Amino acid sequence: MSSVADDLHHDEHHDHKPAGIMRWLLTTNHKDIGTLYLWFAFIMFLVGGAMAMVIRAELFQPGLQIVEPNFFNQMTTVHGLIMVFGAVMPAFTGLANWMVPLMIGAPDMALPRMNNWSFWILPGAFLILLASLFLEGGGPNFGWTFYAPLSTTYSNDSTALFVFSVHIMGISSIMGAINVIVTIFNMRAPGMTWMKMPMFVWTWLITAFLLIAVMPVLAGAVTMVLTDKYFGTSFFDAAGGGDPVLFQHIFWFFGHPEVYIMILPAFGIISHIVPTFSRKKLFGYSSMVYATASIALLSFIVWAHHMFTTGMPLFAEMFFMFATMLISVPTGVKVFNWVATMWRGSISYEMPMMFALAFIVLFTIGGFSGLMLAITPVDFQYHDTYFVVAHFHYVLVTGAVFSIMAAVYYWLPKWCGKMYDQTLAQWHFWCSLISVNLLFFPMHFVGLAGMPRRIPDYALQFADFNKWISIGGFAFGLSQLIFLALIIKASRKIGEPATAQVWDGAEGLEWEVPSPAPYHTFETPPEVK
Amino acid sequence: MGKGVLTAICATLASSVAVAERSDINLRQGVTDISEQVYGLHMTIFYICVVIGVVVFGAMLYAMIFHRKSKGAKPANFHESVKVEVAWTIVPFLILVGMAIPAAKTLIAMEDTSEADVTVLVTGSQWKWHYKYMDHDVDFYSLMATQPEQIANKFDKGENYLLEVDRPLVIPTGQKVRFLITSDDVIHSWWVPDFAVKKDANPGFINEAWTKVNEPGIYRGQCAELCGKDHGFMPVVVIAKEPAEYQRWLAEEEAKQLKAKEEEQKLLAMNMEMDELMDVGKQVYQSACAACHMPNGEGLPGVFPALKGSDIAINDMQKHIDIVVNGVSGTSMQAFGKQLSLKELAAVITYERNAWGNNTGETVQAKDVNALITGN
Repeated sequence: MSSVADDLHHDEHHDHKPAGIMRWLLTTNHKDIGTLYLWFAFIMFLVGGAMAMVIRAELFQPGLQIVEPNFFNQMTTVHGLIMVFGAVMPAFTGLANWMVPLMIGAPDMALPRMNNWSFWILPGAFLILLASLFLEGGGPNFGWTFYAPLSTTYSNDSTALFVFSVHIMGISSIMGAINVIVTIFNMRAPGMTWMKMPMFVWTWLITAFLLIAVMPVLAGAVTMVLTDKYFGTSFFDAAGGGDPVLFQHIFWFFGHPEVYIMILPAFGIISHIVPTFSRKKLFGYSSMVYATASIALLSFIVWAHHMFTTGMPLFAEMFFMFATMLISVPTGVKVFNWVATMWRGSISYEMPMMFALAFIVLFTIGGFSGLMLAITPVDFQYHDTYFVVAHFHYVLVTGAVFSIMAAVYYWLPKWCGKMYDQTLAQWHFWCSLISVNLLFFPMHFVGLAGMPRRIPDYALQFADFNKWISIGGFAFGLSQLIFLALIIKASRKIGEPATAQVWDGAEGLEWEVPSPAPYHTFETPPEVK
Repeated sequence: MGKGVLTAICATLASSVAVAERSDINLRQGVTDISEQVYGLHMTIFYICVVIGVVVFGAMLYAMIFHRKSKGAKPANFHESVKVEVAWTIVPFLILVGMAIPAAKTLIAMEDTSEADVTVLVTGSQWKWHYKYMDHDVDFYSLMATQPEQIANKFDKGENYLLEVDRPLVIPTGQKVRFLITSDDVIHSWWVPDFAVKKDANPGFINEAWTKVNEPGIYRGQCAELCGKDHGFMPVVVIAKEPAEYQRWLAEEEAKQLKAKEEEQKLLAMNMEMDELMDVGKQVYQSACAACHMPNGEGLPGVFPALKGSDIAINDMQKHIDIVVNGVSGTSMQAFGKQLSLKELAAVITYERNAWGNNTGETVQAKDVNALITGN
């Protein structure tokens, strides 16, 4: 008896983790770092969401009521930057940290110290960005796309801080991506061949390559903005031989792969959840892998579809139109595969599945508007209107963010060892689903009717829809507090205990370790048959 | 089941045809052949999406209802089928080819700016449009005409709130009008939805677009590219007139602008009174300067400098005139020498030197401004 107790005691000490804040500052454990990333992403989601509330409050009625146009522009800019770089990307990195080692049977990430560093520089980057809002003249106000020369000659001095903070975010992303690639290449359990890898691991591997390919391009773009503004270069200034449209080419060469960086891991998550709750193997595993790879490759040759109105040559417009339309083929394959997985399955509707189903429908709606936007002559009408705002919020909020929520519901019992609160989960899902559509669906209408994006005030014919959009926005924002309560409850270990497998249809190595997953897992690699 | 899906598709199509005509929720057909083609493409691709959506979501809903665990559904074993997977790769591809062909045709027509009857140079700057008729001595700025009090919710908002300008662009109907589009500062985008024309105004480069309007009328649009603080307050208004009426308007405008230039020369010999300068100056200040330097002259700290109490506005008159006339390169301060008349320049500089407690008591006359411009 005493020897058993000694063994347990020994195991606890085996963790070697300091107590309190030092545990989190110094941790090299993939689970701790994953948790840090996820909490950071959630806090940033709430901060960026609060900024969206300011935007929606100002747009509740025509006229200027609450904020000045200059501050309004700061809100749209920083909302975009925070949601992209602070919420969605870190959330996926957090999921990768937690789940990739568990899924491939590795004891940890390959480069644990770099892992610690890549997380801990992030809060600094966002503190710099947020602090710039309090400078005289305010923070960045040129849109998250920071088109030159608005961001160079015509910006204020907070631009230097903006550039610095984007550099740090980029370094963090690149280090995270290197870690994912090295881990997946070197630390898979014996027997886990490439085509046996879980879809989430596949999609993240491809995402990591995209990150390494394009984050340096973003770094280049912000550096050129910095030298144009402060050191007299003229990359984007025609007066010195430069070209403002060059900026857009560089930015979108980063920016388009970037949007796939934010959706490929989502595809991976959905490809786990749908089979689990359909109790049926994923339909077309290999076509899923090839489709993901094709989307990633195509993402490098479509960037200028963001720039159809910049006055490109006809040939370029045609090329980018056709290439963009082509992307809907592999994306369609994915949606068809998910539906075929459900077909003749044995479907049940636990919360991860609810979010996954909402994802499939709503992401596809975002895909449809994306296909419409690809048609260049019609894009001239859609471009820079609320139709575009509706499109990218469907793919990013009901797409990426819903997939992250689905993932949290799916793996939370594994992380915390407790089931989430079912009542809160139902409230969260239904409030989010209804409000998010009230928020984003009417944006299609006002966009088609001619309302430009990024304006603090609008003509009277848009007033009715904007009121409803704002109400939807406030409701969606508040609904996320339910999610916060649910997560706090589970992480304080309140709730039904979860079994190791959690879901009866779940397959994969992560379900073979106990719930909650011990601090150290797979110290001896499992055998994959 | 098949019949049910078909009925659902028909019902969806029928109802969407009914609402498609509503311009408050859909693209407008516009008033040019091109804009009608664009509308047609928009509706075609929309219906394709609706049909695909009905099929995919229909299959999904069917599985969700009939393949439920709670109904005792047992999972099947299949997890791949080369035939099906090839089919749903090829079929969408063919649909896309079918869509790409008419889209490419329209695009080619839209980009053909040759053989224009009229050419207008459109120049954006923060936050106004400038129009210049290339074959005539006519050019003018076009600023938003909505009163600031309406925006601040002090007055009731008018019917064309934010979509009205002091001097609209006038073009003839039935003739091919070519627009040369550029910018003096940041990137703007000139957009008239009824023409299906949206083209970026890039500083240092000239873009081309064209339209041929079928119906006389007033057409409204807005700047479509974020261009700074007042991006939302930069409307475009175009009046299309019958060719004869357009010619008459153009001739009148040309005569009017010529006369204004002659009168300006006379002004050089005269001195204006302080009161008149201040009255004119205040109006000019509100329309040309207040967007950045604010109506109270205090600017936006850290973004746009204050004029109230500024050393230049109180002491250095030559520098003050120089800045207003020539602008400050590398900043948002525009050169107003080409935007305002000598009288307006003199008046606004006088106003800035005497308003908000900048009580220099000095007047600036047209000849002072002219002296700086001509270098005498």
